[in-house]
Amino acid sequence: MAVKDYIRERFFPHIWCPGCGHGIVMNSLLRALDDLGMSKNEIVMVSGIGCSARISGYLDFHTLHTLHGRALAFATGVKMSRPELNLIVPMGDGDALAIGGNHFIHAARRNIDLTAIVMNNRIYGMTGGQYSPLSGYGTMATTAPYTNIDHAFDTVELATAAGASFVARSTTYHVQQLTKIINQAILHEGFSVVEVLTQCPTYFGRKNRVGGAVEMMEAYKKNTTSIGSKAKKENPDLIERGIFVQKELPEYCDEYDKVIERAKATLPKE
Amino acid sequence: MKKENIKFIQGNEACVEGALYAGLDFFAGYPITPSTEIAELLSYRLPQKGGKFIQMEDEIASMCAIIGASLTGSKVMTATSGPGFSLMQEALGYAVMAEIPCVVVDVQRGGPSTGIPTHVSQGDVNQARWGTHGDHAIVTITASNHQDVFKTTVDAFNISETYRTPVILLYDEVVGHMRERLVVPKKGELPLVQRLRTSVKEGVDYHPYLPREDGRLPMSDFGAVHRYNVTGLFHDMWGFPSDNPDIVHGLLRHLVDKIQNNVNEITRYREYHLKDADIVLVSYGSSARSANHVVVSRRSRGEKLGILELQTLWPFPYDLIREKCANAKYVVVVEMNMGQIMEEVRKAVDRPEKVFLANRIDGSFITPTDIRSILRLIQGKGV
Ligand SMILES: Cc1ncc(C[n+]2csc(CCOP(=O)(O)OP(=O)(O)O)c2C)c(N)n1
Ligand code: SF4
Ligand SMILES: [Mg+2]
Repeated sequence: MAVKDYIRERFFPHIWCPGCGHGIVMNSLLRALDDLGMSKNEIVMVSGIGCSARISGYLDFHTLHTLHGRALAFATGVKMSRPELNLIVPMGDGDALAIGGNHFIHAARRNIDLTAIVMNNRIYGMTGGQYSPLSGYGTMATTAPYTNIDHAFDTVELATAAGASFVARSTTYHVQQLTKIINQAILHEGFSVVEVLTQCPTYFGRKNRVGGAVEMMEAYKKNTTSIGSKAKKENPDLIERGIFVQKELPEYCDEYDKVIERAKATLPKE
Repeated sequence: MKKENIKFIQGNEACVEGALYAGLDFFAGYPITPSTEIAELLSYRLPQKGGKFIQMEDEIASMCAIIGASLTGSKVMTATSGPGFSLMQEALGYAVMAEIPCVVVDVQRGGPSTGIPTHVSQGDVNQARWGTHGDHAIVTITASNHQDVFKTTVDAFNISETYRTPVILLYDEVVGHMRERLVVPKKGELPLVQRLRTSVKEGVDYHPYLPREDGRLPMSDFGAVHRYNVTGLFHDMWGFPSDNPDIVHGLLRHLVDKIQNNVNEITRYREYHLKDADIVLVSYGSSARSANHVVVSRRSRGEKLGILELQTLWPFPYDLIREKCANAKYVVVVEMNMGQIMEEVRKAVDRPEKVFLANRIDGSFITPTDIRSILRLIQGKGV
């Protein structure tokens, strides 16, 4: 299928600013899905609230646009009652790790088969540029006029520690890699986290004087490197890209099937 | 009658029996007194019938999970008490807006805040009505005994499927924990409403949010052939966000009218000795047991007391109250809060000054003696 076949043209134009990275993530996601050749009827996309969360409405899947931070909790209900469906959950950085942080670590701990795509623009885009738990110390935001003193989470470390069985990171500059990673993440049976560094030129870019979309994407090229590369050894400040965790662990819905078997065994034979 | 259909159990267990009878498939919850037994029992019973139980990380997640599960076609429920019910309010509003059938049990304890966890209260009546933000309509039902707990639980599922709305089952600690007899009705004895699904064929444009002439919205399960958008934003007939004033106005009216225009269908109540009653006691939940006791004992002395026991609290049955209290000299609302239903009764009757309150707000169960002392005051017999 062409990427266009996955899109609800009726609902365009989209709400994103010129240069926003979220559209690149959407494109990459669709290419990843196209490679998998799944039926659109098997795909459920669940999102929270934020610029990133708007992805769901534009795509021709079963789409559930929920509450700020709660997408993974809604997705857990969908997945548990219909485990054969493929669940994809695009999330903003605030959505996933501030208000939704608790759901994030618990979904990881359960290892339920959902694919969480954390679109990290280090800012609250939708509400106009407030700092997020991924903005980082020393950044500027509309709620940090004297510079931010909050330290950032490392999404990859957090997801890994919480028990996610697939953890990866890429950027909107590295779309080929991103597409491959998302493809792998969806194929993976268990809780998958893909962090995507994505630009918000309108708020993060402007507030932090790091230029427009082009400059921000160039910075992803300059400031990142493959996991374990020589460059990383020489410059520890570089952010690593690639798949950090990919392991086979019992998946939650499969485990619940065993619970059902055990429960049925307690019933008297008819 | 089969012996195994007669049970001596807690109200919380009667609720579980009713939910399973109604066809519950999915439960998500978080433990809290005095509702915990519902989760415990369902963790045992649901997987036996191939259903799913999950203990989520909090009540917010529980409410969200049941909404997600409902969209796949499952019958869903969660259960909690005051503090957890507070946490559920945002997602409850989502279920109202996106018209998702689901049942939410609140076994009331004393509040505000952590309050008095192991004692009874009926203080969440107005929270059930207005806990989530924005104009909306909601259905809330309750019961005073286990047979009715069973029946109202089944009703809650039926109403939620019929009107595509969350239904709140507002029980209280006494009903939840008290033990008494329940006779489980035979299969088929109580009607069950199954979800209305669309007959629109694959490939034909399906409008998930375009009500039929009768106001009902046939659904399509997630995973089936129609792919559509569900959102908590105001939305058009495809479920796509819209801020068009006509669409916003039309949707809000639809959400409210589909409940308010069906008050009579949704209203459930019981009445005893109302016909010639000079004094009408209006009560609900466990309080109605004490009120009933007073009525029965006074009747035996020839005093004309009657009781109207409400089961549907929201939408409030104003017309019913007006009619049933029309000939009463006094109306006494018996409840365990500071007059939440009394205020509604006052709005309903012709002379609000004839409405009195017999209440208790100290975590103790309201007794017939408590009610009698209020009656003595009203009747001018002194304390
Ligand atoms: C309970 C609640 N609190 C606050 C908001 C307001 N809000 C909407 S989106 C958002 C943050 C969005 O930032 P992020 O999740 O990083 O997504 P982005 O817009 O940057 O893609 C906030 C705070 C809300 N919708 N709901
Ligand atoms: S505000 Fe930022 S995140 Fe939102 S659409 Fe604009 S560029 Fe993208
Ligand atoms: Mg953001």
